[in-house]
Amino acid sequence: MKKRYITLTIYLVVIMLPIYWMLNMSLRTNADIMARLVFFPTDITFSNYMKIFTDPSWYNGYINSIIYVVMNTVICLVTALPAAYAFSRYSFIGDKHVFFWLLTNRMSPAAVFLLPFFQLYSTFGLIDTHIAVAMAHCLFNIPLTVWILEGFISGVPIEIDEMAFIDGYKFPRFFFFVFVPLIRSGIGVAAFFCFMFSWVELLFARTLTTTAAKPIAATMTRTVSASGLDWGLLAAAGILTIVPGALVIYFVRNYLAKGFALGRV
Amino acid sequence: MKKWQDNKGWLFILPVFLIVAFSAIVPLMTVVNYSIQDIFGPGQRVFVGTEWFKEVLTDQRLHEALWRQLLFSGLVLLIEMPLGIGIALLMPAKKGFAASVCLVTLALPLLIPWNVIGTIWIIFTRPDIGLMGATINALGLTFDHTASGLHAWITLMLMEVWHWTPLVALLAYAGLQSIPPAYYQAAKIDGASSWSIFRYIQLPKMRGVLTIALLLRFMDSFLIYAEPFVLTGGGPGNTTTFLSIYLVKIAVGQFDLGPAGAFSLIYFLIVLLFCYLFYQALLNVGGGEES
Repeated sequence: MKKRYITLTIYLVVIMLPIYWMLNMSLRTNADIMARLVFFPTDITFSNYMKIFTDPSWYNGYINSIIYVVMNTVICLVTALPAAYAFSRYSFIGDKHVFFWLLTNRMSPAAVFLLPFFQLYSTFGLIDTHIAVAMAHCLFNIPLTVWILEGFISGVPIEIDEMAFIDGYKFPRFFFFVFVPLIRSGIGVAAFFCFMFSWVELLFARTLTTTAAKPIAATMTRTVSASGLDWGLLAAAGILTIVPGALVIYFVRNYLAKGFALGRV
Repeated sequence: MKKWQDNKGWLFILPVFLIVAFSAIVPLMTVVNYSIQDIFGPGQRVFVGTEWFKEVLTDQRLHEALWRQLLFSGLVLLIEMPLGIGIALLMPAKKGFAASVCLVTLALPLLIPWNVIGTIWIIFTRPDIGLMGATINALGLTFDHTASGLHAWITLMLMEVWHWTPLVALLAYAGLQSIPPAYYQAAKIDGASSWSIFRYIQLPKMRGVLTIALLLRFMDSFLIYAEPFVLTGGGPGNTTTFLSIYLVKIAVGQFDLGPAGAFSLIYFLIVLLFCYLFYQALLNVGGGEES
């Protein structure tokens, strides 16, 4: 029993090491970083963080990222919920084929779609808007959401639906007030995955934006090449990209394990 | 499972169908368009048939990239799946503070944007300012992922395992949580060893979530782009040029739309084939295990 926790602790520490190292560097000035290697920084400075919070070209990156990620999560959940319900409850012409086709999009290489997407969104005048990135991320997030939710919905016996209809529930009332609360942990898990995959994706987000909707990840890439290598600033920006995700995972941590267990797939 | 026979289902999936069709079918047709024409400029294009496909299929560097990609995905799955299951088994089964700490820590690497992952590891492995690089140098070894292909691969694998094993662990942990305590009590009464508990109770119960983990890990490692791009840009030489990196090099770097289109379609078909095989396996697992 003891040995088991020691192994686990070692693993968790190893996971944290690279992140801790970045945190360590983000709290030091560039000169200090280049001069010596210290595990516990002594002269702690928040100047790197101050720079990010006061320079619009930095903090706008965060705002842009959050805007399109939230848009994407909402679009995915709203459209995927009824679809997952249909795949779970109805058998209709071509259902299996459509489901497979949806899944193939989760697996299509982003690099393949890069140029066509640029052309497509240029045609509609959507380049450099948040909605363009949100829509592009739907390509891989909607299939995943449908897939996860379908598993959860199939975990709810179909008799519950039939019973509700016998009791005289109209469909919309049943769906929103009875059914959605039943699978809310599934919705939480699906939302977490949408958020996560949209937040970490870079290729589409970078290609479809220039300035007005530029995500933070792209701002960082530019800094690496442009302003020499300000390691402290780069590390601080990196640490800040982890924060929103850490908050989300904190809120869904209890759903996460329970949620998957309910899912059938 | 019982289902209602009703084509009304189409109404429910219509929004999803339209959005995904808009972002998938239109671009795919554009790619097909590229792949069979030679495009000089707006309005100037010549139909070339299968010429681009021939060119791409005989491209030596593409073959190398494909083998490299398969080796990479294979290694990733071989390391991450057992390691992830192992970690999940070690985690505290009861809900509480310790379990929460584990879950949140495990999920952290998953929530870092992919190019930031590359940045973290560039910093971490640098011999002058990185902890790992400096430690290895202090041991008297030289380690430089920008000069040696092998070192680049080691760094990439470390990065990939560090980044994604937690996903496998989280999914496996979720599977373990779904096992009713009664199963363990029964096993205890029968005097089952911990290996047979694992083999006959835990593993079968985790089969569903592990299939998801396998699928997700295969897909994402097969499509990997940002991390090696940031870390080494596909180098040194071509040692870490995977399929996506090579494709973007052709499409954006050299702007050869024809070969890029043909390459895209072939890439897409390969992924589709694997996807179909996995999907069939998934259906069989679901059908055979349904209790």
